[in-house]
Amino acid sequence: MPDIRLQNLRKDYGAVNVIENLNLDMADGEFTVLVGPSGCGKSTTLRMIAGLETVTGGQIMIGDRDVSKLEPKERDLAMVFQDYALYPHMNVAKNMSFALRLARMNKSDIETRVKEVAATLDLTAYLDRKPAELSGGQRQRVAMGRALVRDAGTFLFDEPLSNLDAKLRGQMRAELALMSQRIKKNMIYVTHDQVEAMTLGDKIVVMKFGEIMQAGTPEELYRSPANKFVAGFIGSPTMNFLTAELVEEGGTLSAKGQGFAIPLPDARKASLQAHKDRQIHLGIRPSSFAEGPGGLKMPVILSEYIGAQSVLISELGGERVAIEVNTVAPIRAGETREFTVQGDEVHLFDPKTEAAL
Amino acid sequence: MSIASTNRMTPYLFLAPAGLVLAFALFYPICYMIYASFLDWNPSQRIGEAEFVGLRNYFKLFGDDAFRESMGVTLKFAAVVVTIEMFLGVGLALLLDRNIRGMSVLRTLFILPMMIAPIVVGLMWRYMYHPTVGIFNKTLKSWGFDGIPWLSDGSWAFASVVIADVWQWTPFIFILSLAALQSLPASAIEASKIDGASGWQQIIYIKLPLMLPVLIVTLLLRLIDSFKVLEVILVMTNGGPGLSTEILSLRINRTASEFRELGEAAAMSNLLLIVLLILTFTMFIYNKAQDARAARLRAVEEEV
Repeated sequence: MPDIRLQNLRKDYGAVNVIENLNLDMADGEFTVLVGPSGCGKSTTLRMIAGLETVTGGQIMIGDRDVSKLEPKERDLAMVFQDYALYPHMNVAKNMSFALRLARMNKSDIETRVKEVAATLDLTAYLDRKPAELSGGQRQRVAMGRALVRDAGTFLFDEPLSNLDAKLRGQMRAELALMSQRIKKNMIYVTHDQVEAMTLGDKIVVMKFGEIMQAGTPEELYRSPANKFVAGFIGSPTMNFLTAELVEEGGTLSAKGQGFAIPLPDARKASLQAHKDRQIHLGIRPSSFAEGPGGLKMPVILSEYIGAQSVLISELGGERVAIEVNTVAPIRAGETREFTVQGDEVHLFDPKTEAAL
Repeated sequence: MSIASTNRMTPYLFLAPAGLVLAFALFYPICYMIYASFLDWNPSQRIGEAEFVGLRNYFKLFGDDAFRESMGVTLKFAAVVVTIEMFLGVGLALLLDRNIRGMSVLRTLFILPMMIAPIVVGLMWRYMYHPTVGIFNKTLKSWGFDGIPWLSDGSWAFASVVIADVWQWTPFIFILSLAALQSLPASAIEASKIDGASGWQQIIYIKLPLMLPVLIVTLLLRLIDSFKVLEVILVMTNGGPGLSTEILSLRINRTASEFRELGEAAAMSNLLLIVLLILTFTMFIYNKAQDARAARLRAVEEEV
C-alpha cells in the first residue's frame, strides 16, 4: 500500500475556482479524514482522487505513480458513496461481486470472497435480495461490502453515514473503526461531522473554502488548533469565543475582558509579548470551566441535563458561553455559580488573521 | 337520496360527458365495424340493404393470398423499422448523453422529423427518391454510379419506405431513451467506473438494464404505431410495385374504395385491431406488473 500525495492540486469549474493549491501527504495505511463545512471542497478533493472529477492542475501521486490523468479503474481504489450507489437491478451478491466479475476472476473465488465479506457484515441472509428490498442500514453495509471484496490499495468514503439515523450512525461508526483496525489500508474519509472525524481518523484534515486549515492527529487539532476556525469546528459543544485584551499586571500576563481576567501561564509570556496591550480573541472550551470557589461569578441562564454531564448556558463578558460540568446534583437555571478557568487551557487568536497565538 | 350517496355519485356525474363522447365516438364505430364485417356490403347500398353472410368475409380473407402477403409485409415492415429505430435511437441517445455546447439545439433538430405531417414526409421522400430529378440518383450519377430504382423495384421500394419511416420515427425513441438515460442514478454509474467498468461495460451492465422499463414501453408504442402506418407509404408507393409495400392499412383502404368490398375491409380492420389489442394489452400487463413490483418493494421496505 503506497502513500498518497496531493501536490499543488487545483480545481476550476469553468471560471469558478474551487480549490486553488492543495498539498497533502497521507502515509501508508493511514486513515485520513477530510472534514469541513459544506462547500469547502472536501468532496471535490475526494472525487479528484477517485478520478470522477478531472484535475485542473497539480498532481495526485499514489506511491510514485502520477494518477491524476488516469481512469478511476487504473487507480486501484474502492469507494463508498453517500447514497450508497448500489446497482438497483442486481441483487446483493451481484452488487458485491461486480468489480470481481469485470476483472474476470474465477467464479468459485468470487463466491468465497463475497461470502466471506458478507459474513463479516452480517449480510449472508440478504445475498439474494435487491437493494430496494433492504433497509437503509443494510444498503449501507452492502456498499461497504462492495468496496471490501475488492482488495484495493485505497478506500475512499464520501460521507457514508450521513443518510442514516443517529443511532445507526453510531453503530456503523464503531463498525467502521473496527474494520479500519483490522484491514490496514489507505483510507480517505470525507465528512462534515467532526465527531466522525475525531473518532475515526488517524489524521484529520480540516478544510474551508478549498484550503487546508490544519492537518494533524485528533489530539493535535483538539489541544492546539492552528486557528479560530479549527478551534470552533473541532470539539463538542463548540468552543466559546470572547473578546479580551492582553495586559500585564504585576509581572503576570492576563487576558482581561469585560468582568473577567484570566491569568496566563508564564511559559507563554515570551511568545505573547508582541501582542501585549492589544485586543485578542479568547477561546475557552466548555469543558475548561471548573466549578469552584474564588472563580468567576456566572449566572446560569439555561441548564441542559444530558446525564453524567450538564451543559450550562451562561454569560461572560457580554457573550453567551457554554459550560460543561459533571452533573453531581442538577443545577437549576437562575442560580449563580462560581467557575474557574485554568490559564493553560485557554486559546488565544489574532483578531485579524484568526491564527492561534 | 341522502347527501352521502349524492356525494359518492359526484365523480361519476363529472365523468358522464366524457363517457358519452367515448360511447359515440369509439364504441359506436367499433360495433358498427364489427357488424359490417359480417355483411356483404357494397358502398352503393345502405347498411340495412346489405346481405348478412356471417363469417364468410373472414374465411375469404384467410384464403386470400393477397391478404396474407399484405399481412406479411406489415409484420416484416413493423419488425424491420422498429428494430432499426430501437438500435439507432438508443445508440444516438447513448452517444449524445453528454454536456457539449450546442447540444440542446442539436437535440431539438433531431426531433424535427417527428413533427412533420406524414403526408408531407411522404411527398418529400418521393421527390428525393425520384429516378431522374431526385437528389439521391442525381448525386449517385454525378459520382459516376448508376441510379437506383428506389420506388420502382420491389425490394428497393420496401427498403425505401423503411428508410423514410426510420428517418421520421428514430427521434421518438431517441428522446425517450435520452430522458431515461438522464434520469439514471449518476452515482451508480460512477460506482461502476470505480469498479472498473469500461464505457461499453457501463452501457451493457448498468445503463441498458436500468433503462429497460422505458425501452420496453417505447418498443411497444412504436410497434403499435408501425402497424397503423398509412400516409407515408400511400404517397410514396401506394403499395407497389406489385404488393411489395402494401401494408395492411393500405390494403384495407383499397378494399374499401377500389374493390368496393366494405364488409371485407371491415373484417380486415378487425383483424388489425385484434393484433393491436394484443400489443396494447401486453403493454398494459407489463405496466401493471411494474406497478405491483414497485408496491411490493415499498411494502417490504416499510416492514424493515
